[in-house]
Amino acid sequence: MYLKHALRAATALTFVATAAAHAQSITIATVNNGDMIRMQGYTDKFTEATGIDVEWVTLEENVLRQRVTTDITTKGGTFDIMTIGMYETPIWGANGWLVPLDGLSEEYDVGDILPAMAGGLSHDGTLFAAPFYGESSMIMYRTDLMEMAGMEMPDAPTWQFIKEAAAAMTDRDAEINGICLRGKAGWGEGGAFITAMSNSFGARWFDEEWKPQFDQPEWADTLNFYVEMMNESGPAGYATNGFNENLSLFQQGKCGMWIDATVAASFVTNPDDSTVADHVGFALAPDTGLGKRSNWLWAWALAIPAGTQQEDAAKQFIEWATSKDYIELVAESEGWANVPPGARTSLYENPEYQKVPFAKMTLDSILSADPNSPTVKPVPYVGIQFAAIPEFAGIATQVSQEFSAVYAGQQSVDEALAKAQAFTAEEMEAAGY
Amino acid sequence: MARAVTSRRKSLNTALAWAVGLLIFFPILWTILTSFKTEAQAIASPPLFLNFDWTLENYAIVQERSDYMRFLWNSVIIAGGSTILGVIIAVPAAWAMAFVPSKRTKDILLWMLSTKMLPAVGVLYPIYLLFIRLGLLDTRGGLVVVLMLINLPIIVWMLYTYFREIPGEILEAARMDGATLKEEILYVLTPMAVPGIASTVLLNFILAWNEAFWTLNLTAVDAAPLTAFIASYSSPEGLFFAKLSAASTMAIAPILILGWFSQKQLVRGLTFGAVK
Repeated sequence: MYLKHALRAATALTFVATAAAHAQSITIATVNNGDMIRMQGYTDKFTEATGIDVEWVTLEENVLRQRVTTDITTKGGTFDIMTIGMYETPIWGANGWLVPLDGLSEEYDVGDILPAMAGGLSHDGTLFAAPFYGESSMIMYRTDLMEMAGMEMPDAPTWQFIKEAAAAMTDRDAEINGICLRGKAGWGEGGAFITAMSNSFGARWFDEEWKPQFDQPEWADTLNFYVEMMNESGPAGYATNGFNENLSLFQQGKCGMWIDATVAASFVTNPDDSTVADHVGFALAPDTGLGKRSNWLWAWALAIPAGTQQEDAAKQFIEWATSKDYIELVAESEGWANVPPGARTSLYENPEYQKVPFAKMTLDSILSADPNSPTVKPVPYVGIQFAAIPEFAGIATQVSQEFSAVYAGQQSVDEALAKAQAFTAEEMEAAGY
Repeated sequence: MARAVTSRRKSLNTALAWAVGLLIFFPILWTILTSFKTEAQAIASPPLFLNFDWTLENYAIVQERSDYMRFLWNSVIIAGGSTILGVIIAVPAAWAMAFVPSKRTKDILLWMLSTKMLPAVGVLYPIYLLFIRLGLLDTRGGLVVVLMLINLPIIVWMLYTYFREIPGEILEAARMDGATLKEEILYVLTPMAVPGIASTVLLNFILAWNEAFWTLNLTAVDAAPLTAFIASYSSPEGLFFAKLSAASTMAIAPILILGWFSQKQLVRGLTFGAVK
């Protein structure tokens, strides 16, 4: 009789323990892009291995940014892991809003994370987010059109070469635009592109005293060059074109060159979606010989908000999702071209991955970007296509709207720069800089 | 002659109405068509109207990736709950304003409407903090209350407009016959205002169904409605228009069907009292 009761109790306890183990659940907020969606498909494997359930909240990038910012600043505790970028990580880390990612296991090999990525996702040397994938920007160009134009793309071209090549490749009758670039307003859209481009022209957002620099000749040079080149060789209505619009144009064979995120390489070389998949070449983003190229650096990374009740489970998930094993898991199932790029050094040492056509140029682009020294002249901020200060997003959105108005022919370059200077100076002063 | 002119004018008006209707409906039609295309066909230039290989692949992918029924159920509860709660509160309020007005009734009505003029984001933080303190984040109950409060001015205004069309003498007669206030509202006023109440309910249900600011900001997993379902397919880095269109079609289908079946009530209610 006693034994029967003991057995029953043991069985009940086992059920309770099992139920408790399965009851552990983490909620992750993430963006809707190919790599993140792919990861969601593999979540069952993580749950099988750990017993931790994963709930996903997938949102469009701008909605996600607003959603997670609201939650973390109010300590809402809705999410156990947040997908954030290089802009938010150092700011939130400095504010104590994120759990430091120290104490990661030896197998995880934190030293394998690309130094540029680790640097951009740290504050005072502490890693606050683990990169799931990283990107820079580079030139994607039509090899057939370049050949027809009688030109050869160097591995590291100048802006002058790009302008001449764009003019030579443009064929308005055939609806081919020599070059497609972002012009859409928004700090993460056209604002990101023109800021990275301005770095190569010697411009900067602020001097060492946090004084705005739009009244300096480098900014006028950047904008005048951009507008002249786009009016000559860009698509109609480029003032409203962002990543997706240019991707669509390029895939339909309507762009000779496109300078944008390195992740686009997998889209434009995919024959299912791209009509020009067999004729795409890659080169480093252009420069003007001043020592800085116009490529940016970005990572979508996983971070744990301070105050979560599921810190250990969240760390476990981050270790799994950003590990070497996960990359191999994706490679086994879907091929090396589909693994999340730009996060780990070992990926680029892998001979299988080296066979992917855009792998080398992606790595070279990432390695040539230094968020701690983004400009020709010294600056007080970290970040290439942004300045990692809380005020930047609001200011840059307004400034990029002024620039887009120039692209749309609604005002002159000088007018836009004067407005940008006045607005930024006012905002920075109000913020106490 | 006069009959011919009238007939021609009628035909012209009908044609114009159809043209305007098609123009308004075209974005929805395009979304539905795109949902049956491949991603490459979705961005083809020139655009493909009907001459493409129709596929259900996007619906299969969306179905596999998301728990549609959970989002749908949340939408039904949130939109339905907020509408019913709103009407329960608004009927007595509109009765008081329509039949027992005071000097300040007009001001109160305008003040109520003015709350709709404040951009929602302006009160995001206070409401978010309240939700945290009350444990209402990511709950359907919390959203029912918020959406009810947001739509309440419109419900009161609409009901007030309908009630004003009903002669006060009828209610007075009911009172003379010994009806209590509750009986007067429930058994005399409400049956006479059924078309108005029905159109108010329908319109507010649609407004609550489509609300995409609070439903995105105050939910995560448990209470996320179809607006969150659509948002999860929108991407600024990647051309997933066909999948987004499939998700959008699935999200609007229930409300389209509801609107189709109740269009008579909707039109009757919205034009109630428009022509005297």
